[in-house]
Amino acid sequence: MIGRHRHCIALEDYSREEILEVLDLALSMKEVLRRPLKKVPTLRGKSVVNLFFESSTRTRSSFEIAAKVLSADALNWTSTGSSVSKGETLLDTAKNLEAMRPDVIVVRHAASGAPAFLARHVRCSVVSAGDGAHEHPSQGLLDCFTIRERLGSLGGRTVTIVGDISHSRVARSDLHAMGKLGASVRVCGPPTMIPQGIDRLGATVFHDLESAVAGADAVVMLRIQHERIGDPLIPGTREYSRYWGLDVNKASEWLKPECLILHPGPINRGVELSSDVADGPHSVILDQVENGVAVRMAILYLLAGAGATAAGAPPEKATA
Amino acid sequence: MSDTLFIEGGRVIDPASGLDGVRTVIVRDGRIAEVAERVERPREARALDARGKWVTPGFIDLHAHLREPGQEYKETVASGARAAVAGGFTAVCAMPNTVPPNDNTTVTELVLARAAAAGLARVYPVGCISRGQKGEDLAEYGELKAAGCVALSDDGKPVMSPALMRRALEYARAFGLPLAVHEEELHLAGAWSMNEGPVATRLGLKGTPAQAEEVMVLRDLALVELTGGRLHLQHLSTSGSVRALREARKRGLPVTAEATPHHLTLTDEEVARSGYDTDFKMNPPLRGEADVRALRQGLADGTIDCIATDHAPHAVEEKKLEFDAALNGILGLETAFAACLAMVREGALSEQRLVEALTAAPARIFGLPGGSLARGAPADVAVLDPALEWTCDTAALHSRSRNTPWKGRRLIGRCTHTLVGGRLVHQQGGGR
Repeated sequence: MIGRHRHCIALEDYSREEILEVLDLALSMKEVLRRPLKKVPTLRGKSVVNLFFESSTRTRSSFEIAAKVLSADALNWTSTGSSVSKGETLLDTAKNLEAMRPDVIVVRHAASGAPAFLARHVRCSVVSAGDGAHEHPSQGLLDCFTIRERLGSLGGRTVTIVGDISHSRVARSDLHAMGKLGASVRVCGPPTMIPQGIDRLGATVFHDLESAVAGADAVVMLRIQHERIGDPLIPGTREYSRYWGLDVNKASEWLKPECLILHPGPINRGVELSSDVADGPHSVILDQVENGVAVRMAILYLLAGAGATAAGAPPEKATA
Repeated sequence: MSDTLFIEGGRVIDPASGLDGVRTVIVRDGRIAEVAERVERPREARALDARGKWVTPGFIDLHAHLREPGQEYKETVASGARAAVAGGFTAVCAMPNTVPPNDNTTVTELVLARAAAAGLARVYPVGCISRGQKGEDLAEYGELKAAGCVALSDDGKPVMSPALMRRALEYARAFGLPLAVHEEELHLAGAWSMNEGPVATRLGLKGTPAQAEEVMVLRDLALVELTGGRLHLQHLSTSGSVRALREARKRGLPVTAEATPHHLTLTDEEVARSGYDTDFKMNPPLRGEADVRALRQGLADGTIDCIATDHAPHAVEEKKLEFDAALNGILGLETAFAACLAMVREGALSEQRLVEALTAAPARIFGLPGGSLARGAPADVAVLDPALEWTCDTAALHSRSRNTPWKGRRLIGRCTHTLVGGRLVHQQGGGR
């Protein structure tokens, strides 16, 4: 259990304490990851199914490594080549998987609400690895972890999320989690990419990048998906990068020296971020990848491990 | 000897005649013989005890999908008619988006034959505006009317071509048929799953803006001005539509409109509250609070003429899916009265206006018989218990489908008896 939750689907439903529970545990998990022998028996005998209906390399690999470091058996079930292409419904797929008795199903799906739908129909825990434009809770948590690790806390900090907010599940999870941890969150992008009512989720809306990043402690640059061009949300990547992309000149003029740059990956180099910024001193993008494994270990541990039954059992005991 | 039924002790609400009071409705040989204040019941007459209940004209639904022919796994004319009478509806208008669509007399005749065989609610077929509902050329309105169609609609699909819509409005005038339209500008709407707004943003679902409906309402009001055609706006869902309609009616345009029980009582917040329950997914989608307020105001002041259910049965496998993948539409016939009665309790609507919007108003819009308890009228009667509490148990519904947002909810108000042509075709708990 993570606080009151048997599933990890939406950070909107999580309290500040529940978010901190995962982040604090992820610290210990990161320590495990840095050991020479990266294996603890915590989830031995448990099984985790990665059910991916959308292609994903890093998130799926991250969950897979997280499960394996904790000694859980991880099975990858992807939509290509599976029964999904034969017209099986999500519910049937889930019921079939469930009959194999997994402890956790990690699901990624293009339809918002698909993990919630699964959670209603299976008995095991469901972890969302991203659903449509709804939420990507583990990404939101790892972004918070990364900022916290560098800056100590999110309390009183300003975080700016830049890009296609409308279609971004990362933006929504970041907004919920960072807001609950005390940060003020700004969103920035062309008006075609800012959804109605995003301010009601606590965001301050900007269209001008310079003012949006002024004084920010961290900037999350979202990936511009090529299929959005011609939707038409923007005329093209050239103009987008000119007004909403970060290059080294803008970064040095507009950002505070200690400002962090995050990106959920994969980066479109030259569109939202120029290479020198992506690989430059502000960037914590590779930290995010490492922290992602630690955060996902914490989630799996809390939902399937000793934490699932004996709430608050320290991980050190289990990993000793 | 003639067959006589005395419906005794009930509060008779008959807006068509302006009557609201405790009366006895006397039904003889399938017709209303008399609505009397004090009357002695002869020994040979049967009695129906309606004390504590309302006795009203049978409800008339201008908008139901009975799915036959072609999609009998969702609903049939018979099962839809059974659901209708269970909800107090004695007449339903069957939308033409069947498979094949009702753009020819063969389909019209089949629907009528099935309805006659079922012998429950009266079923009035609605024919297509365009051949095959393709929005390209006109269906044969004269033949459709001769076969029994009472109106024309491409419901579910908007008539996207303004040129075709213009000709349809003009041509239908020759036969006195109203055009009932689903207003949605498809290019503006795009691929959507719910109302555009803060809730859709929170849930990450693609929204359709209110303006996708409103620009089509405004277009068609302009075309009515051009053609003088008879327009009926189906399932209005936004405050902007109500505003445009109110202005058009002030100018005397021949336009009428309906709103559904769900658009009048539920908001898009239900999609979030229910955790993406697809029984809250329909077209048009549930809107915001301000829209619900505007619809209620419009219904109360007569801008919106009537309540129609948009009863849209779908099978479990078409609904138990990801929200994006599930089909649009929900059941309406069996829950309409209870859902709408909530508006009366909340002070948004008078009891008399509610009954009018379910009876006399729809009869007037499509020129249908019924909708009144006038002497000599066919005895289509609903007996309603406005205080009866019940739980909407989907297993007990008469429809073939189960897709109702009111499932499991406690509802107040239920039809207890329904008469069509003087015949008792439904009795709550009576098994029929």
